[in-house]
Amino acid sequence: MQTVTRDMLVSRAKALLADGTVDRVLGWKAGEFTYDVTPGVFTDADAMEKEFVYGDFCGANFSKYLLTEARKTEKKVLVFLKPCDTYSFNQLLTEHRFDREKVYAIGIPCDGMLDIHKIRTLSAEGVTGIDTDGESVTVHTLYDGDKTVARADALAERCVNCKSKKHVAYDELLGEDGEIIDSARFDEVAAIEKMTPDERFAFWQDALSRCIRCNACRDVCPACTCEKCVFDNPNSGVENKSPANSFEEQMFHIIRAFHVAGRCTDCGECSRVCPQHIPLHLLNRKFIKDIDEFYGEYQAGEKVGSRAPLVDFMTGDLEPSEAVKRGETNA
Amino acid sequence: MRKCSLTALDALFAKMAESAALYLPVDGDDGRAHYAQWQEGLHLSDALNTVRSAKDFFFPQTENLMAFKVNGKTIEIIDTRTEADDFIVFGVRACDVRSFDILDTVFLAEPADSYYANRRAHGVIISLACTRPAETCFCSTFGIDASTPAGDVVCWKTDDALYMEAKTEKGSALMAALADLTEECDTDAVKAQQATTKERMAKLPLADLTADKFGGGKTMEFFSDPAWATLSEACLGCGTCTFVCPTCQCYDIKDFDTGHGVTRLRCWDSCMYSDFTKMAHGNPRLTQVERFRQRFMHKLVYYPENNGGVFGCVGCGRCLTRCPISMNIVKVMKNLGGDAK
Amino acid sequence: MIDMKEPLIPVLGVVTDIRTDTPDVKTFRVVTPDGKKPFKHMPGQCAMLSMPGIGEALFSITSSPTNTEFMEFSIKKCGCVTEWLHHMEVGQQITIRGPYGNAFPVDTAFAGRDLLFIAGGIGLAPLRSVINYVRHYRDRYGKVDIVYGSRSKGDLVDYKEIVDEWCKDAGINVYLTIDREQPDWDGHVGFVPNYVKELGFDTNKTAVLCGPPIMIKFTLAGLQELGFDKTQVYTTLELRMKCALGKCGRCNVGAKYVCKDGPVFRCDELDTLPDEY
Repeated sequence: MQTVTRDMLVSRAKALLADGTVDRVLGWKAGEFTYDVTPGVFTDADAMEKEFVYGDFCGANFSKYLLTEARKTEKKVLVFLKPCDTYSFNQLLTEHRFDREKVYAIGIPCDGMLDIHKIRTLSAEGVTGIDTDGESVTVHTLYDGDKTVARADALAERCVNCKSKKHVAYDELLGEDGEIIDSARFDEVAAIEKMTPDERFAFWQDALSRCIRCNACRDVCPACTCEKCVFDNPNSGVENKSPANSFEEQMFHIIRAFHVAGRCTDCGECSRVCPQHIPLHLLNRKFIKDIDEFYGEYQAGEKVGSRAPLVDFMTGDLEPSEAVKRGETNA
Repeated sequence: MRKCSLTALDALFAKMAESAALYLPVDGDDGRAHYAQWQEGLHLSDALNTVRSAKDFFFPQTENLMAFKVNGKTIEIIDTRTEADDFIVFGVRACDVRSFDILDTVFLAEPADSYYANRRAHGVIISLACTRPAETCFCSTFGIDASTPAGDVVCWKTDDALYMEAKTEKGSALMAALADLTEECDTDAVKAQQATTKERMAKLPLADLTADKFGGGKTMEFFSDPAWATLSEACLGCGTCTFVCPTCQCYDIKDFDTGHGVTRLRCWDSCMYSDFTKMAHGNPRLTQVERFRQRFMHKLVYYPENNGGVFGCVGCGRCLTRCPISMNIVKVMKNLGGDAK
Repeated sequence: MIDMKEPLIPVLGVVTDIRTDTPDVKTFRVVTPDGKKPFKHMPGQCAMLSMPGIGEALFSITSSPTNTEFMEFSIKKCGCVTEWLHHMEVGQQITIRGPYGNAFPVDTAFAGRDLLFIAGGIGLAPLRSVINYVRHYRDRYGKVDIVYGSRSKGDLVDYKEIVDEWCKDAGINVYLTIDREQPDWDGHVGFVPNYVKELGFDTNKTAVLCGPPIMIKFTLAGLQELGFDKTQVYTTLELRMKCALGKCGRCNVGAKYVCKDGPVFRCDELDTLPDEY
């Protein structure tokens, strides 16, 4: 269960619509089951009363939708941001991707979002409904009755390794703000670093060979906001919808990770949307970890306008040769 | 009907694999089922279905069509086609078996696609009846009986045995080769399973979903429906739905310079992509609303119009579980035509 | 079974002549390596031309089926493939496959009728095939009127053939127009749709339209003002295509595939299609 309720969001949104502050509201619409909510835009109170939902499966990061929504509004668009979303929000502002004046951001506390795939694995296939209460999640199933799983076990990976309950951007806050968390998000990266090169290659080969190049990771990524992606350029010599050869299969995600290095806030949307369960966030976290270690700790999106180490040359910067040496000791 | 004890399943698979490459759903490290070539030690997954559909066997994501050698002003066209090896796909569910009929209407229509026809001719499909359809299943909407799939050989798996019945010549040939490992049996266990599955199908959350309002000749009725704009507003424009869909078959043809010549390849394409209809002088589908609409109009109106009323969806539910924003054909069907729930 | 024909595999063609028609249109003559016409076709049908490594694209066959020696394609430079074709030299091999699509109903609906051809710019390319077919079988058709316009005199495709041959044929009236006045032009000046209305044709004929979408839209409206019914007017569409066999899905408009159900459509048929072409 979330501390912030659907009713709190709806009543605040209705008030802001009524007083003319906003004319569009980014929210969630109910699906067939508990877990399949869809982001949607609301422009009137009646529709919100009827369709607006909020709960443990409202994990989509709305920041990227602001690129288009901020252009459509005549007043402001209202967006609800979980703490992790606010980092993407700031990063997009840093890159001048939307007009801050066109957005009204309400920070909402987040108790971690649930992962339906984890729930299916832990309970059973055939999930018809999910009730959450405190630390337990009750799953109604088609053939195995009600199953109870611990909330902690059902949390999405990015929420298990939540880096911050603190909002870094908002116009107003609903509820209490939290703290930055000393998370264990780099543990898995460290474990992969400890592998032998062959093991590491096998790990990524197995993961990346599953890729179907649907481009969902790129399309959802708040750091991927190029008007025209290099992979969509027919003259780039790379294929945008199929791994034309094994080189592309192996390199597409690595190239993408390079493109977002220093800008990725580790929001985890890439891994959430991947239909093939490729742990893409690990590539991004490897870059973040390296940047932290080489240039000092840096969190993309923490401050609007902050200069990322990769675009900010300092005389004391680590020499490339030093980075190579560290890589060799890891291997 | 013949049966094979589940304890002898490995021997059965080994026998099948003697004559052809055998593919079956196995559980992957990520806890989900995917097709893998059978080898000693691999076990049939209990999962309801694979993440990717079985269309990949006949219509792979990428395939080389031909090659060229270009030398000055001259070109050599190289036909790189080879006869496909025989293969068996085991454990195909009723929805996916039906998807082959839909792919056939496209690829085998004159002039037939020889790449597809070649693989189709060399592939044997062993289907497996469902016993625990999921909440996302709606194959019955399209007249598919999950308890009794089509296929060259149909299988029903109970607690102790695999029941098998050949349905085609190819299937009979395969069953003949498996005679030593199977025994003739009555159909009681299968009938009981079919009855249970049918009861379960009737109680599924989407059991009442109907496609009656759609079909050929309804283009103008649904094309301008204002619901398209709201249904598509959160669409990312990724190709997940089209790539996991067993019936989506649009493709692109591209030339790839290998450095040693040119390979002309075919790969899956998606009407959800912005460049799908892009031409040098413009694009008739400028926004995601039009691209999104095309996918569903094609399955619900255009395809049935050209194929005797058969819909281009088999209700496998993959798009329901995979779409990053949880938008899918069920929501589309329920929201179009103004009778949203 | 692998010896079955594969419709996606092309044959070789050799470019034996390149004619510069306008600053951005060239006409390419194509034969097989042994000097023959690549295949038979009917007016309005198309072929896939490609240069390996650059790409493959669909073009309408500009030459008439009555030409048994070679095929011609009038191609405007506007994308990757066309750009490459415009830079090639005589003697270059390319690949070709076809013919694709339906054709103008030259032996049925057009037979015995007075015909009115209206083209704008490169839109003459598909009409040249049917016009020359009609000229070849002159006795099978009634009176022929041709209205053709372009931006300028230099942009009139096949100007020489029009002036030297079409204009001299008995029973064929050619009306040329350009968008703006220019020094060496003493003909009509003005847009095609307006010129058609000015000329005011009687409605007892079949019209064939091809040109930019905006021209088609206004000319069709003009013809309707003159009393033409949409069932009397034919046009030909162009959409992105990859296979040209009705399988790859790109040129799907409503339940039709432009590559196999088209490219020729009667204008009343277009009303049953969604506006996505």
